[in-house]
Amino acid sequence: MGGNLLANYGEAVAMILFGIGFSNLLLQKNLIKKIIGLNIMDTATYLFLAEKGYIAGRVAPIVVDNVTSVEAYINPVPSGLVLTGIVVSVSVTALMLSLTIRLYRRYHTLDMDEISTMLKKEDQ
Amino acid sequence: MEFIRNFPFFSILLSLGSGVLTSIMNRKVARLWNTFVLLAVTAMSAVLFVYMLGVGESYTFMMGHFPAPWGNEIRAGVLEAGMALFFCIVMLLSMKGGEEHIDTEIEETKVNLYYIMINLLLSSLLALIYTNDLFTAYVFVEINTISACGLIMIRQSGRTIEAATRYMIMSSLGSGLLLMGLCVLYDITGHLLMSNIKESIAYVYAQGTYVIPLVASIGMICVGLAIKSALYPFHTWLPDAYGYSTVSSAAILSSLVSKGYIFLLIKIFFRVVGFDIIVDTKIVNILFVFGLLGMIMGSVNAIMENDIRRMVAFSSVAQIGYIYMGLGLGTTFGIVASIFHVLSHASTKSLLFVAAAGLTDASGGSKRFEDLTGSGYRNPMAGIAFTMGACSMVGIPLFSGFISKMLFAEAAVQNSLSKMLPTLICLAISTVLNAIYFMKTVIRLYTPKSRKVKKTEAGEAAIVSFREHPLYNFTLILMIALNVLLGCCSQPIADWIISGINMFG
Repeated sequence: MGGNLLANYGEAVAMILFGIGFSNLLLQKNLIKKIIGLNIMDTATYLFLAEKGYIAGRVAPIVVDNVTSVEAYINPVPSGLVLTGIVVSVSVTALMLSLTIRLYRRYHTLDMDEISTMLKKEDQ
Repeated sequence: MEFIRNFPFFSILLSLGSGVLTSIMNRKVARLWNTFVLLAVTAMSAVLFVYMLGVGESYTFMMGHFPAPWGNEIRAGVLEAGMALFFCIVMLLSMKGGEEHIDTEIEETKVNLYYIMINLLLSSLLALIYTNDLFTAYVFVEINTISACGLIMIRQSGRTIEAATRYMIMSSLGSGLLLMGLCVLYDITGHLLMSNIKESIAYVYAQGTYVIPLVASIGMICVGLAIKSALYPFHTWLPDAYGYSTVSSAAILSSLVSKGYIFLLIKIFFRVVGFDIIVDTKIVNILFVFGLLGMIMGSVNAIMENDIRRMVAFSSVAQIGYIYMGLGLGTTFGIVASIFHVLSHASTKSLLFVAAAGLTDASGGSKRFEDLTGSGYRNPMAGIAFTMGACSMVGIPLFSGFISKMLFAEAAVQNSLSKMLPTLICLAISTVLNAIYFMKTVIRLYTPKSRKVKKTEAGEAAIVSFREHPLYNFTLILMIALNVLLGCCSQPIADWIISGINMFG
């Protein structure tokens, strides 16, 4: 068990980072900190994927010097997934930031709880 | 007949492409084009559905020029085609029912943006239904979330922006878990196509290796999708998002967006992991408990609500609880009942939201119950439609809600005692609670006290005649017809669902 953990330390770090990001996104009151949490969480997933796709001693799958043997290259699929994931997380982050700007202009605070109390007051 | 097999691809591409095209149209053209796209996709899905019923077996469609283990695939069977058809019909009806509100509630320059979101939402729903590739499913889950967020915040007010932010936060949590689950699954199996993953998982599970990572990844996927479809403890964003957005958005969000995720989860159960392994890992039991909690708590919250739109929204929490309870039973009958409830809830909830909009309009725009008194007389068609929807939700025979409750009860009775009793008890309690808040509303609508026009805080209450809004009333009639159709033709529909599930395997 301990040996496995040491050999796969990259994956272990990715999982810990995922947990940190997840709890930040869930528990922080400040919207900007929430968005930072979101990005840590997404990046942890990419670290996990990159770690899984990497095979020690091999190079990126770009054919140079006519080496076409499969043995020479790492698995390219996880890298492709990481690229797709980055595109998705950039757009989600942009959307979250634009929402944050709108909320800040209206309520002059970044605190989600304060915004909720202000909304309740507006209703009465 | 080979040509018909291209229809899933055509319908996804048409709706995705028109999302881009709509950005350069003005609002009238955008609306026409959106109606055309919805009608075209409905027609294509209908043709495909009839064709699939005739063929009797599913097929996979290669996207691009790479064969199975590497390339991307679309897969269509009876259930997929029927679901696509049903989703398109409900979306079309919701759009038409809320068309007047779109014009009045959204800034004129932003109306075409609304149609972009609708087109993107349609394409992502279709892709979630048809895709055979897990990572494609993840990407379209995100597209679905972003366009749903757009639908909430297009009506600019503090409430909707806050609701959209909450929705994005919860959805991001869900997508993060889903993505991590998919990565671990990819890691264990080395595949992204559903059929290949299923083979590898069956092999890995039989070997007894990687059981803990497998269970963890299934757990992450289930919880991720449960958060996104607003299962009980994760529902906090839902009432605001449904209660304050424009009526078409609320109808589409409650009846389609959350159902897309549930359909994906059912697909993962059957096509990716295999239902036996899912039941064996006992993950369904967790969904079962939270489903039961949702059924009760959603209804209790709805009873305490003093705003008709928010009440209907809380009722959605209860209905999502029903669906997860059915999934949690861990039998094929439970799944059939859940899928039927997906259909029945989608048709009923869109009807309720659209009818509620008519009632609030007849009460000077106020959504509070005191102002709604007698509004069933002021807008007769909306009143009748709301009553019909309420009857269906409570479970009166002839309507779809009755059939889904009966299917749930039947599925529960076939289960072991430990799951049968809680299911039946919660079903009974939840039905009574449903009856309390829906009948309370219906009685309020037909209390004749303030039949005369009364001035409320929000504005003038007015009597709306039947002929004033022909499109709106026509849509309501169609929605009631759809509901009664589901309630009366339940046997063929249940047979269709069972044959679709068999095709999954």
